[in-house]
Amino acid sequence: MASAEGRRDEVPVLAVRNANKHYGGVHALRTVEFDMVAGEIHCLIGENGSGKSTLVKIITGVVQPDEGTEVFVSDAKLTHLTPYAALQYGIHVVHQDLSLFPNLSVAENIAAHKYAGYGLRLVGWRETYEIARRVVRELDIELDLQKPVRELSVADQQLVAICRSIASEAVILIMDEPTAALTHYETQRLFSFLRKLADRGVSVLFISHRLDEILEIGERVTILRDGAKVGTYAAGELDRNTIVRLMTGKDVTSGRPQDYTRPETEVLRTEALTREGRYKDVSFSLRSGEILGLIGPRGAGRTEVALSLFGLDPPDSGTILVQGKAVQIHNNREAIRLGIGYLPENRLLEGLVLDQSIENNTVITNLAQILGRWRLADPGKRRKLAETVVKDFHVVAPGVKPPARALSGGNQQKVVLGKWVRTGPKCLILDSPTNGVDVGAKAGIRRIIAQLAEQGIAVLLISDEESEILENCPRTLIMRDGNVYGPYETGDLDEETLRAMIRHEQEITV
Amino acid sequence: MKSSVWDRLVQTSELYLAVVIVMVGALITFLNPEFLTLQNVFDILRRNAFLGIFALGLLPVLISGGIDVSFTAVATIAQYIMAVIVTTHSVDSVLLAFLIPIPIGILLGAINAWIVSYSRVHPVIITIATLNAFHGLLIFITGGRWIYGFPMSFSEFARVQVFTITSATGRTYGLSVFVVIWLLTAVLTWFILQHTRIGRRVFAIGGNLEAARRSGFNIFRIHLFVYGFTGALAGIAAFIHTAQNQMVEPNAIVGRELEVVAAVILGGASIFGGKGSVLGTVLGVFLIGIIRNGVILIGLSSYWHQVTFGFVIIVAASINAVQSQLRTRNPGISL
Repeated sequence: MASAEGRRDEVPVLAVRNANKHYGGVHALRTVEFDMVAGEIHCLIGENGSGKSTLVKIITGVVQPDEGTEVFVSDAKLTHLTPYAALQYGIHVVHQDLSLFPNLSVAENIAAHKYAGYGLRLVGWRETYEIARRVVRELDIELDLQKPVRELSVADQQLVAICRSIASEAVILIMDEPTAALTHYETQRLFSFLRKLADRGVSVLFISHRLDEILEIGERVTILRDGAKVGTYAAGELDRNTIVRLMTGKDVTSGRPQDYTRPETEVLRTEALTREGRYKDVSFSLRSGEILGLIGPRGAGRTEVALSLFGLDPPDSGTILVQGKAVQIHNNREAIRLGIGYLPENRLLEGLVLDQSIENNTVITNLAQILGRWRLADPGKRRKLAETVVKDFHVVAPGVKPPARALSGGNQQKVVLGKWVRTGPKCLILDSPTNGVDVGAKAGIRRIIAQLAEQGIAVLLISDEESEILENCPRTLIMRDGNVYGPYETGDLDEETLRAMIRHEQEITV
Repeated sequence: MKSSVWDRLVQTSELYLAVVIVMVGALITFLNPEFLTLQNVFDILRRNAFLGIFALGLLPVLISGGIDVSFTAVATIAQYIMAVIVTTHSVDSVLLAFLIPIPIGILLGAINAWIVSYSRVHPVIITIATLNAFHGLLIFITGGRWIYGFPMSFSEFARVQVFTITSATGRTYGLSVFVVIWLLTAVLTWFILQHTRIGRRVFAIGGNLEAARRSGFNIFRIHLFVYGFTGALAGIAAFIHTAQNQMVEPNAIVGRELEVVAAVILGGASIFGGKGSVLGTVLGVFLIGIIRNGVILIGLSSYWHQVTFGFVIIVAASINAVQSQLRTRNPGISL
């Protein structure tokens, strides 16, 4: 692997010179210089609004840059780049949504560019399969070419999307947040796959919020802040704290979490909770002000336990005790009445009604509080409640009327948190709350969780990211194959040790 | 990890449909043995040929993620213009008559495609509108007059049978040429959907329109194709309907749109696009045909046909839904 220093002298396959972009009055990109050389894995990072996506959109022809911006691909100067032309030059994006055809077979998806021509020409089925088979064989991966893509796991679908780009001779492969939906094992598989591509001369532009991954996969790292380039660095000369400092412009220390646990105040307790085929013998106790982690790989049964506690998927046997009293939770209304709140993993799909106003999203869990005369919703009370949430949780929004869709990911998360906190819960279950949000918003959400605990709310934080657990939880449970182990003090753990404990490679002896 | 032939087979909705057809057929035969005679089956096929062709025309639109309910009005206009030309100019050639309604269908289909693409309004709204507009215009211009008096070649053509069988009682019966046209249309549709680029692009935009756009597909051309195809097949169906009845009545076909939509959905096509098969579509029309026929043979009031029809759609659609749930079921704990 050539060093990043050495790479500066190579002829770039992609060069962006003097890139500027104004959206109305907003200067979204300020005179950015950017280049990539053949066969490198180049990471592009920055907080939301730093200009990352604008730069990518210019490279892929989705938006036109300001006058004076120059884009070169292998020395050819490109003017008026369109998305289709960018594809022709070998610039491919693997979008977060993958842009696959779920109803078509793996082979057809890989050879999709064959269908881009016009006319009533025939499809060569044999040719389609040959193209797919060749790519899959060259890249040494295993995929059932006949299977409809919808039946594959997300990780395999992603491989199909990459294979499609390779089949149409991608020179530059842009991966947008590729690991957001992957398990640790799948991420590792993706990384070795990307390295293989780089060895074949494909340049990979890797965009992610996960700093550990950037340090692991990247050779060079370009950091943007407020639309301007901070610099391009060799990954070797960076560490986590440096990156955060360069990205945010301030020191964000990721110290260990404070413990707000109030002893002798058990809020929630489970005894031998079992649901056939999902989890078994789950016993733990949660106290007021405690932030208890629950970590394990996807499919280990974490979410299933949470759903049971929230009344959505009742356990087959075992007991749930709320403040010392055994309860049966048949549905989520009963759970809410008992003071249990749940913030689902996929904030976009389950946490918010995106097309509704911030106001309506806030009151949806708090309808009883806004009732006026005749038990009808009182618009004044509704507005006041929403405004309190926006103020208390520092939601950056122009009022409470715009739809939730208009907010950034971090601010959407704050609204979801707010709507639950206002129900006055004793216990909140948070499923991967900082998944997919940028560093700044992450710190904000961490502060909110700490505030909740300080007010005495018991928090069960579910995650599959070791860093998320270590930054938030003084104690954590580990879940594997439907079994729960622990709790363990996190004070002495680092990510590697915790990961090994989860995989059971390391004897759990804390 | 290849999936076995059996896995594939139990996942096809055609198999379930075939099972339902056999069960319904057995029930009717039990109540009236007349049902299961070759003569009766041939008759069911002949009577449903034009609906079958409508259904095949609708299939690509549904696969592309759209819908068209205006094809009955398109067919009525096409058969009316054909009838006017044939009767006033005494065109005594079936082949020539056959060639008139198809381009009319394509033209009206293209109008649908153009409005759907550029208005960005859901096609169900657009085609309900064009259904009414097309039909209303026709009635306004023609005054709803019926047309009779087709040349001899028409009634002769309607009696053409590709092969005949003489039963023990001495009656002869055979497979009508209309059924052959239906089956040829089915083969053509299958070939286009399965083996041409445009056919695969129809599946692609039904699966993920945004991805198709990003891949550089020309969406308008695909719309033009699918709505044009619906129009063309509506033209063929119009021809068969005219030959079968030897007259044109402007209110005869309009109103049967939903029956055809239901047949295609029964055949496994998804109302949300991306899915559908020619074999399923043919079986779906056949199932609806035997139910209508069976209700008569059993001696029930024809209103029962509607009730049974609704019931079968609910059952078949539920089977479809359960099937797709099984396919994407959560495997539980697996590491």
